[in-house]
Amino acid sequence: MTMRRRSFLRIAGLGLAGACGVPVARALSGAVRTEPAPTALAGKRWAMVVDERKCLTKEGCRACIQACHRGHNVPAMRDPRHEVKWIWKERFDDVFPDQVTPYLAAEVKERATMVLCNHCDNPPCVRVCPTQATWKRPDGIVMMDEHRCIGCRYCITGCPYGARSFNFEDPRPSLVGEPTDYPGRSKGVVEKCTFCSERLAVGKRPLCVEACEAIGCGALAFGDVGDPGSAVRALLRDHTVARRKPQLGTSPHVFYIL
Amino acid sequence: MHDAGKVLLGLGVFAALVTAPIWYAVGRGKGGPPELEKPRDAKQCIEPTSTMRARHMELLDAWRDAVVRRGEKVYVAGDGKHHDMSLTGTCLGCHTDPKKFCIRCHEYAGVEAFCWDCHQQRKRG
Repeated sequence: MTMRRRSFLRIAGLGLAGACGVPVARALSGAVRTEPAPTALAGKRWAMVVDERKCLTKEGCRACIQACHRGHNVPAMRDPRHEVKWIWKERFDDVFPDQVTPYLAAEVKERATMVLCNHCDNPPCVRVCPTQATWKRPDGIVMMDEHRCIGCRYCITGCPYGARSFNFEDPRPSLVGEPTDYPGRSKGVVEKCTFCSERLAVGKRPLCVEACEAIGCGALAFGDVGDPGSAVRALLRDHTVARRKPQLGTSPHVFYIL
Repeated sequence: MHDAGKVLLGLGVFAALVTAPIWYAVGRGKGGPPELEKPRDAKQCIEPTSTMRARHMELLDAWRDAVVRRGEKVYVAGDGKHHDMSLTGTCLGCHTDPKKFCIRCHEYAGVEAFCWDCHQQRKRG
């Protein structure tokens, strides 16, 4: 049998195209079907309101911190320079440096104030992340994907609120108590508050909010500010609230009733 | 052919050297695939065993993207059953000790994975 050059090229070309098609077809046939949990909480724009008047920090309350840090396996590093934190206390004059006047009462100035990631509308951390390991979800949550984090720490430099922590060492030996099913982190990645996205996905509210309610305090309110009828919107309507460093243009979505 | 003996001898030595790791493994009784400890409580994985063996890494990649990046939690398996997409909860819920399942096979295959560095915080079983 003889074959003309042209028909040989034709057959070879078709064969090559077919061979390329196999992995493509395989990938398409293996499309993984996933869907949100039926109980998932959906919001247009999640936000938190911290009622400073109700917060019991001056009584040494740590309910929200403990609930969050235990639930998310946040390590308690021994070296304070390696500290990892998602929600913590900060002095009032450090949280609101622009609200400090020479006549501010000392107890207000030094008052412990709860701080966490502000889930900004315009998050600088997201802008600088080279791998999209941190990004803004359509519902406003600034998420963190530790799988993609390469540990460059641009986001830590970018965040004007110090809301991000870096794992300078393996966090596993520094876990407090029995770990939960929430995944841990490894050395070399950044972590922070995610508004309990893993709980919202199954219809639960953030751990800190539930812990604060459980002790009968209710200083932390969480909800959808995109819904005009929501409880957080009512709080924002009825009170004059402050946000941290609003002049930076980040539009933080943690609001403080002072 | 000139120096046929020498050439053949050289080829023989070369073949022996190249295949030495295989003979070494067979000699130490590590020739076959490792014995994996199967879950006692469950008979069937979320997909057929052959699919899981060949494509579990693609599935886990898809799960990670769905859960972390899209906030989805439910996996619809080929048989229509729904499963919680959680390496720690679903996979390691049955395969309680990765050392006797995941790691054992990954060591044999020489494929380094570090999923369980983060995904098994709690000791089970």
